[in-house]
Amino acid sequence: METAIHIDNLSVYYGETAAIKNICLDVKQGEFLGIIGPNGGGKSTLLKAILGLIPITTGNIQIYEKTIGKNRTAVGYVPQFATMDRRFPISVMEVVLTGRLKQGLSLFMKYSNEDKDIANEQLKRVGIDHLAKRQISELSGGEFQRLLIARALTVHPKLLLLDEPTASVDMNSREQIYHLLRELNKEITIVLVTHDLLAISSEVKKLACLNGKLVYHGEPLLNEHIVNELYGCPVDLIAHGVPHRVLKEHEEGIAK
Amino acid sequence: MISAIFEYQFMQNAFIASILASIVCGIIGVIVVEKKLVMMSGGIAHTAYGGVGLGYLLGFEPIIGAFLFSVSAALGIGAIKRRGGVQSDVIIGLFWSLGMALGIVFIALMPGYPPDLNSYLFGNILSVTKADLYLMIILSFLVVFIVIALFNDWKAYLFDEEFASIIGIKTVFLEYLLLVLVAMTVVVLIRVAGIILVLALLTAPSAMASIFSKRLKSRMIFAVIFGVIFCISGLWISYKLNIASGACIVILSVVCYFFTYAIRIVHIKMKRKNIASKQIVGEEESEV
Ligand SMILES: Nc1ncnc2c1ncn2[C@@H]1O[C@H](COP(=O)(O)OP(=O)(O)OP(=O)(O)O)[C@@H](O)[C@H]1O
Ligand SMILES: [Mg+2]
Repeated sequence: METAIHIDNLSVYYGETAAIKNICLDVKQGEFLGIIGPNGGGKSTLLKAILGLIPITTGNIQIYEKTIGKNRTAVGYVPQFATMDRRFPISVMEVVLTGRLKQGLSLFMKYSNEDKDIANEQLKRVGIDHLAKRQISELSGGEFQRLLIARALTVHPKLLLLDEPTASVDMNSREQIYHLLRELNKEITIVLVTHDLLAISSEVKKLACLNGKLVYHGEPLLNEHIVNELYGCPVDLIAHGVPHRVLKEHEEGIAK
Repeated sequence: MISAIFEYQFMQNAFIASILASIVCGIIGVIVVEKKLVMMSGGIAHTAYGGVGLGYLLGFEPIIGAFLFSVSAALGIGAIKRRGGVQSDVIIGLFWSLGMALGIVFIALMPGYPPDLNSYLFGNILSVTKADLYLMIILSFLVVFIVIALFNDWKAYLFDEEFASIIGIKTVFLEYLLLVLVAMTVVVLIRVAGIILVLALLTAPSAMASIFSKRLKSRMIFAVIFGVIFCISGLWISYKLNIASGACIVILSVVCYFFTYAIRIVHIKMKRKNIASKQIVGEEESEV
């Protein structure tokens, strides 16, 4: 099977402090990888390194056997924190359309009807097509989050990286987003960073646990040892009703 | 004033200069305000003073010197900012005063009686020369052309630099290009408003436009229209009262902006009151 992401011995330092250290990770085409870990565990850093947004200190990363610079159109990205100015004068449709821009610079470029159809289709997919004409300043946080997903999909990526896409959406929309991701995963590879352990149990096919280093990588089954190393407090997790598929150790304890 | 425009060459020059200035300050002003580059523009403008001084010292057109200095300041500030480690407003502050200081030194080094630099500092649109005008025409054309030609890329870059770079748009190039455009705009505006007053012309029309429109393109168009109104009426006032044109245009722009702002606040308050009173009436009716 084709390798979507190949990470070899990756370390990223911010100044003197290491955010992630010696990560080796392969993601196969068609995989649905969930990444969990504590705050500051380096999850966002890993995604940004994959995207080439921050310089990597050592190691190397390949996307479909090329460097990211040569394979930009293959990757879609939904950031954790919207860094942009929410008051910027731009409409929902215009934001989604930016995903259709060509690489480099294009002189006197106009969006074709095909571009607009594609943009509309993606807005429909995330369920905000009725807001297409709105200014982004008039969106709620969750609607904005879904807009960012639609924008990433407009690129038609083979690989989609999402950094906590469900952090600020309501339960219905969250369900809708996971449903969408499941659909998308039939064709594209997905890497999902989340604190939503419920999602990990039911959605992802593979799991990676990140706490500076890669604590675990494999089937979405966690034992107490890993959780302990990851968060230092396994009991808390169980108290929050994490389903048994995640916490293998406790499977016997819960009636099936 | 209309007859004077036909009669006197200097009035024609002033008129054309105001139109050019309004067009570039409308377009670049909106970008500067949205990208929060107002202080950056101030820094670039003030660095130009060094170029004006150098022009006088070495005997070439001061406006050419201003152009060279502002473009170098734009690239220099951009490069240091990109390298990181220093806060950008620190570098802006340093360039700002270095440019002014160099200007003073160059003028002091000049033999003989020092020239009057007021028209560069505060702008005197009535003293625009043919050479100034040619440079202004070329720069305005370049600025407008570059913004329109890459409009969609600009929009993506201005809205979300990170995403733009992920999909492979040349954001580093756009960043430098934008600073150079700001430098070019500043040079166009120097003769009209002067180095010190440039900021008002960059911000007032676009800030006012942002009250009237929520779309990038129409904001630019509105800003150009406001700019034309401010510049031409300012020019007329300065011609009638015989005061420096820069000061008239700036005072007019700023007063108009605050006036519009105040009207908008009152308007919003009244709307709220209306809605509130309607609700109260509605509740009373339902109680009955
Ligand atoms: N721009 C930066 N400069 C310096 N240090 C940084 C920077 N960004 C992140 N860090 C540090 O790197 C580490 C990893 O951060 P990262 O954002 O990758 O964490 P995360 O796993 O995404 O956390 P969260 O769950 O809170 O999103 C943290 O210790 C953080 O303090
Ligand atoms: Mg994060």
